Amino acid sequence: MTPSPAIAGRPHGRRSTPESRAWWLGQAMFFPAMIYVLAVIGLPFALAVIYAFSDIKVGSVGYHFVGLQNFTSILRSATFLRALYDSFIFTIGSQVLVLIGSTFLALALEKKFRGRGVVRFLMLLPWVAPVSIGAIGWKWILDSLYSVINWVLIRIPILHLDKFNPPQWLGEPALAMASVILVHTWRLLPFSTVILLAGLSAIPKDIPEAAEIDGAGFWRKMFQINIPMLLPILNVALLFGIVFTFTDMTVVYILTRGGPYDTTQVVPSLAFFTGVLGGDLSEGAAISLFMVPILVVVAFLMLRQAHRTEVT
Amino acid sequence: MAVVETRGLTKVFKQGELGAVNDVNLLTQEGEFLVFLGPSGSGKTTLLRMIAGLETPTAGAILIGGQDVTHLSPRERRIAMVFQSYALYPHLSVYNNIAFPLKAQKVPKEQHKQKVEWASGLLGIGKLLHRKPRELSGGERQRVALARAIVREPTVFLLDEPLSNLDAKLRASAREELEEFHNRIKTTTIYVTHDQVEAMALGDRVVVLHQGVVRQIGTPREVYDEPADTFVATFLGSPPMNLLEADGVIVGFRPERFLPAETKSAAPSESRVSLRFHVEHSEYLGAERILYGILEGTRFRDKPVCARVSSNVLEVYAPKSAYNFVVPEPELKFFDAKTGKRIPPRTISWQ
Repeated sequence: MTPSPAIAGRPHGRRSTPESRAWWLGQAMFFPAMIYVLAVIGLPFALAVIYAFSDIKVGSVGYHFVGLQNFTSILRSATFLRALYDSFIFTIGSQVLVLIGSTFLALALEKKFRGRGVVRFLMLLPWVAPVSIGAIGWKWILDSLYSVINWVLIRIPILHLDKFNPPQWLGEPALAMASVILVHTWRLLPFSTVILLAGLSAIPKDIPEAAEIDGAGFWRKMFQINIPMLLPILNVALLFGIVFTFTDMTVVYILTRGGPYDTTQVVPSLAFFTGVLGGDLSEGAAISLFMVPILVVVAFLMLRQAHRTEVT
Repeated sequence: MAVVETRGLTKVFKQGELGAVNDVNLLTQEGEFLVFLGPSGSGKTTLLRMIAGLETPTAGAILIGGQDVTHLSPRERRIAMVFQSYALYPHLSVYNNIAFPLKAQKVPKEQHKQKVEWASGLLGIGKLLHRKPRELSGGERQRVALARAIVREPTVFLLDEPLSNLDAKLRASAREELEEFHNRIKTTTIYVTHDQVEAMALGDRVVVLHQGVVRQIGTPREVYDEPADTFVATFLGSPPMNLLEADGVIVGFRPERFLPAETKSAAPSESRVSLRFHVEHSEYLGAERILYGILEGTRFRDKPVCARVSSNVLEVYAPKSAYNFVVPEPELKFFDAKTGKRIPPRTISWQ
């Protein structure tokens, strides 16, 4: 997006002072960002709100205001309620795993050791790799016929797995949900770890040292000093993680398409299937709007908590 | 209570580089207040951190109360330390900060309250127990850090520049309190500072460090009046000792012993060295004046020196004028010009 030459280049009268020039330059520099936000976020959001209160479908003409009809209809739909339930399971499950995993990873990667740079780079890979490549890789790993996990499990004698009927990672409801959660955790772990690493490096080194001198062992130092001091930043990581997870459908879409029998269907993927693939724009919009109040409440709670535990 | 001993203690951070601490041998006395004094980078904090167990020595041994603790973790050494930043736990209340060492050392829970009250009472912070560290002033934080250090009655106390974060006025009163506090608890204390006034005021003995090497250990009077080498002579005292070199010898005298010839307090005339002092500029410091200038005549012509004249002397010393000054001969300290080490007094020709 290029700045509008009409504004960027406009001389501000003859009495142009350095301040007014700086003001105009500021406006010009800000303009592309504003256009971007309005066009890519503001406009679709407004459209979604407008659609959600209408009966618009792909190909339909005209606009009929129908009030809350779409919302009452989705609230009665078992598919939607199942998706809402799955969304919570998916979000809570993956966030618990991400928080525990990234806390330990961050604490481990903060220590100096040979090859730390390489390990940190490898750890970031799931985050920087395109999600489709990662998820397709996982699709193969969890495949019903070629799953490398099953190949390994079958060869472990004590497990006594049936060679001809191995676990169907993406084909059984509980396993499919677990797989989706694990893959999403794998994706989000680096992000959360990086945030926590930054938070850890902000803890003055002499505080854990003081704890050590005061007689604290490893666990006490971890649970009574390091983790409590990390709490505000953990909150930030959690807030971002919840938002990223609750609104994300990539992993679900690529791995299971919501199946089997909608048991991994989450709210965003349902909105996509209903609104875009199913052509029912108004109901799709209503489904996706349903996430907004939930996310607002989450954000409000987390920010308030972060404020309270702020440390100096 | 216990004594701390270091034997050949050395710390090299990067192989091939000069050590931060080199072959330090020390032995504290029971209940002593020992001060490590040195400029920044002299290795005093590294030395303290090795005694605390936060840094592993490259060579040498540390003994606390006769027991070799070189390879013990900090928690096994039964020491307490106050950090320069105080390192209070920001998420815990003052009470829990002070109680933390008790919990960590598994002191029976019934005793916590009584011990915390004892420590906080000793430092006059009994009313702050429910507050968080961020709600405290600098002086209060320092007391909380001290209370946290004494609460479990350690055998040795380590203090790393605990006064440097306080403003000048508070620092003076905190220094006094610290001294009184030590007199009361009588625990062997090692105190690190770069401030010579603090070192002189607090220390039973002062260890002067430079580039990781101990230059001198002695009482404040010894290190000031009988410096072991030119480093100690110039590091202590402000302004530093005047040094003049001649015939392979460095002769030094303190600015406050370089006095106007007519001053009553100057030594009897038979044993003093007269010098012609050309004043270039002066600083008025209230209780005294510092005169900066050069010597005139003699073989030390144009050598920079300074004099510290008490405000009792009313004489005006105008810049760009010369005056007769004297140094009592016993106040002259002699050093070897090559090694900088102190040598016995000798006669040198001043002309």
